[in-house]
Amino acid sequence: MKRHLISAADLSREEAVLVLDTAAELAGVSARPIRKLPTLRGRTVVNLFYEDSTRTRTSFEAAAKRLSADVINFSARGSSVAKGESLKDTALTLEAMGADAIVVRHGASGAPHRLAGWVTGSVINAGDGTHEHPTQALLDAFTIRQRLGSPDHGASGRRGAGLDGVRATIVGDVLHSRVARSGVLLLSTLGADVTLVAPPTLIPFGVGGWPCKISYDLDAELPKSDVVMMLRVQQERMTAAYFPTVREYRRRYGLDAGRMSLLPDHAIVMHPGPMNRGVEIAAEVADSPRSTIVEQVSNGVIVRMAVLYLMLGGVEGNS
Amino acid sequence: MSNRPDSRGTASGSGTANRRGAGNDRWLIKGARVLGGVAADIRVAGGVIESVGEGLVADGATVFDADGLIVLPGLVDLHAHLREPGREDAETVETGTRAAALGGYTAVHAMANTEPVADTAGVVEQVWRLGRQAGYVDVRPVGAVTVGIGGENLAELGAMAESAARVTMFSDDGHCVSDPLLMRRALEYVKAFGGVIAQHAQEPRLTEGAQLHEGEVASRLGLAGWPSAAEEAIIARDCLLAAHTNSRLHVCHVSTAGSVEIIRWAKSKGWQVTAEVTPHHLLLTDDLAENYDTVYKVNPPLRTRDDVTALRNGLADGSIDAVATDHAPHPVEAKETEWAQAAMGMTGLETALRVVQEAMVDTGLLDWAGVADRMSVRPARIGQAAAAGHGQPIAPGSPASFTLYDPAAGRERVDPAAHASKSRNSPFAGMTLPGRVHATFLRGVPTAGDRAGDGRW
Ligand SMILES: [Zn+2]
Repeated sequence: MKRHLISAADLSREEAVLVLDTAAELAGVSARPIRKLPTLRGRTVVNLFYEDSTRTRTSFEAAAKRLSADVINFSARGSSVAKGESLKDTALTLEAMGADAIVVRHGASGAPHRLAGWVTGSVINAGDGTHEHPTQALLDAFTIRQRLGSPDHGASGRRGAGLDGVRATIVGDVLHSRVARSGVLLLSTLGADVTLVAPPTLIPFGVGGWPCKISYDLDAELPKSDVVMMLRVQQERMTAAYFPTVREYRRRYGLDAGRMSLLPDHAIVMHPGPMNRGVEIAAEVADSPRSTIVEQVSNGVIVRMAVLYLMLGGVEGNS
Repeated sequence: MSNRPDSRGTASGSGTANRRGAGNDRWLIKGARVLGGVAADIRVAGGVIESVGEGLVADGATVFDADGLIVLPGLVDLHAHLREPGREDAETVETGTRAAALGGYTAVHAMANTEPVADTAGVVEQVWRLGRQAGYVDVRPVGAVTVGIGGENLAELGAMAESAARVTMFSDDGHCVSDPLLMRRALEYVKAFGGVIAQHAQEPRLTEGAQLHEGEVASRLGLAGWPSAAEEAIIARDCLLAAHTNSRLHVCHVSTAGSVEIIRWAKSKGWQVTAEVTPHHLLLTDDLAENYDTVYKVNPPLRTRDDVTALRNGLADGSIDAVATDHAPHPVEAKETEWAQAAMGMTGLETALRVVQEAMVDTGLLDWAGVADRMSVRPARIGQAAAAGHGQPIAPGSPASFTLYDPAAGRERVDPAAHASKSRNSPFAGMTLPGRVHATFLRGVPTAGDRAGDGRW
C-alpha cells in the first residue's frame, strides 16, 4: 500500500481488491466473540476532524481500536484549532505526538494533500471539501461485491474479484459530492460501468475526462442499473439556483417506490448518509430490502480496519 | 547553484547617491547589441544617452564591457503590488522596487489596493514619495476608481491626477468595477484629464468562491471553478462602453483565449482598448495545481495550454500590448494553508524578462525589438510614462534608462530565497529559465547589477 490514502485514484486495481479481500477476512474475525486484534498495538492513530461527523469519526475510531491502536481524537472544536492555529502548526503538533496515522476530515478540498507534506506518518482522507472520500468508496465497493456476489448474479463476491460489468448509477449533487468523485474513480478502477445522473447544474464542468457516462434522465438509467447510489442533496442548493424547488428536484431525481420498481430485481439501493428522507430518497425505499444503508455503516468499520491494517501493520507483515 | 558572482548580491543600498560608480556619472557601455541587433557603444553623460556608435572612446567615462549582452530600454511594469502602505510584512516600496530594478525595470505602476487604499491624493503622493526615496525605479501610483475599492462611489480621480504623483491610470484591481453604470461614468470622467481605466475583469456573481480555472482539473480537485466567460463577459462589456464613451480602457491580466479574440475585435474597430498579459499566464497552466500547491493560486487563475497558446499569439501579433507582472508578494503564512484559505497572487518582477525569453523569444514568436515594444515602449505609452522618459529608443538624446541582459546566460534554477522581494511566492521556484539581467540604469545611474560580474562598480 502507498503511504497515504488521499484519493481513490491512489489505489491500483490490485491494491483496491486487496483492501476488499482483507476486509472480508476481518469481517470473519469481527463476527467472533473476541473482536480485538493486536495488530496495531503501540501505534497511534489521530482522528483530526475539522467538520463534525460523528458517523465517520466513530467508524474510524472503532476500526483503530479493534486493531488495538491508541486513538487520539483531535476535534477542531474547543481545541487550539478553534483558536486560529494553522493546519501546518496542528500538523507539527501531531507529528510531535508521534502520530503513525492521521485520519483527517476537513471542509477544504486538498487539506489532506497539504497535511501529507508536513508529517511523516500516513494521512488518510476521511473527506475533504468537495474533493474525495476514498474510504467511503471502498466500503461502497465492499458492500456491492458482497451483495451482488450471489450465485444468480455471477461470482463477483469471491476473493480477488473486482466489480467487472457492474452497472452503478450515482444520482444527485455530484458537483459538491466527495463521495461521487471517489466513487467514480474507485468503481471504474474495479471494472464497474459508472453513470452519473443529475440535473446539468449539478454535474461538474469539464467532466468529459472522467471514467463514467453522464445522464440527465433518471428513469432511463434505472432499468440498466445493478446499483443505484443516491447522494444527499442540501436544500440550500436551491437558493443558488441549482434547481427551482425541492418538490421539482424530488419529482425529477428523487427515488421513490414507483421509481424503485424500474430497477432490475437484483439491484440494490445505496446511500452514504446522512439521508434527507423525502427529498432524494423516500422512506419506503430507504427501509426496503434493497437498501444497503445499514450494512454500509457496519462495513465501514471493517473496511477502515483493512485500510489501517494495510497501511500501518501490513508493512511489517503482522499476522 | 552557480559560483559566478551574482548581480543580485550587489544591488546597492538605498539612495541614488550610493549607486554612482566612483562618483562618476559618465559611462561608456561597450559592445551591447541594441535591441538584440548590431553591437554598438553607448556613451552616457548627465543621465542622457550622448552618443551611440562604433569605437567610441572612454574619455574619462567608466567603461562597462557589455560584450555579448543586449540592451533594451528600461522595462515598464503596468501592474505591481508593492503593498506599502499597510502590508510591509509582504513588501515595501523599497524592496519591491529593488526587485524591479534587478528584473530590468525602470518604472513600475503600483496598484491601489494598499491599506489604506490609494484613493486620495494623500496616499498616492505617499507612495510616489517612497518611490523617489528608494530611487530604484520611477514609481507611478495607480489610483483607485472607487472609494476604498468598494465599488460604489467614484474616488476623487481628478485630485489624484493633479497631485504630485500625476496619476493617469485608475484601477480597483483585485476587484472588478462590476457595476456597468459606474464603469461607464469612470470611463467618461477620466477623459477630462486623459486618464485610463485599468479593469480587473471578473464578473463577481460568476466567480463567487472561485478557486481555480473552471475546467477538468478544478472539477477533479473539487475546487470551485473560475469560468473563462466571467472574464470575457466583462471585457466585452467594457469594450462596448469604451467605444460608446470614446474613452480609454486598459484590460489587466488577460488570461483566456476568448478574451484575446474580443480585444482583437475591439481593436479592429479602432476603439481605444489596450491589454496586458502576465508572465505566469504565458508559461504556466492549471494542472500545476494538482497537488494543491498554493504557490499556483492566483487571480485570474492559471488556465489551459490552449489559453497559453492564444495569449502568446495575441502578444506576438500586438492584440495584447504589454507584459505586466501582477507582482503580488505574500508572506509565507498566507500561502502555507489549505488552498481555499490561501492568498491569491505570485511574485514576478525578478523573473519577468527571463520568462518572456522562454515563452516568446526562444519560441520564435517575438524578437528582442518586439520584447522592447511589449515590455517598455507600449506600457510606457499606456501608463503615460513616456512623458517621463520611459520607453524611449536607445538613441542620442534619450534618457539613459536601459537594461543590459544576457540572453545566452545558461539556464539557471529560480531560487526565490535569493530574490530581493520580501516575499518568496514565486511560481517559477525550482524551474530553470534562460537569461540574466546584468545591469539596469535609470537616467544614467546604475540601479542594479554589477560590472562584468566582478561585483564592483
Ligand atoms: Zn487583478
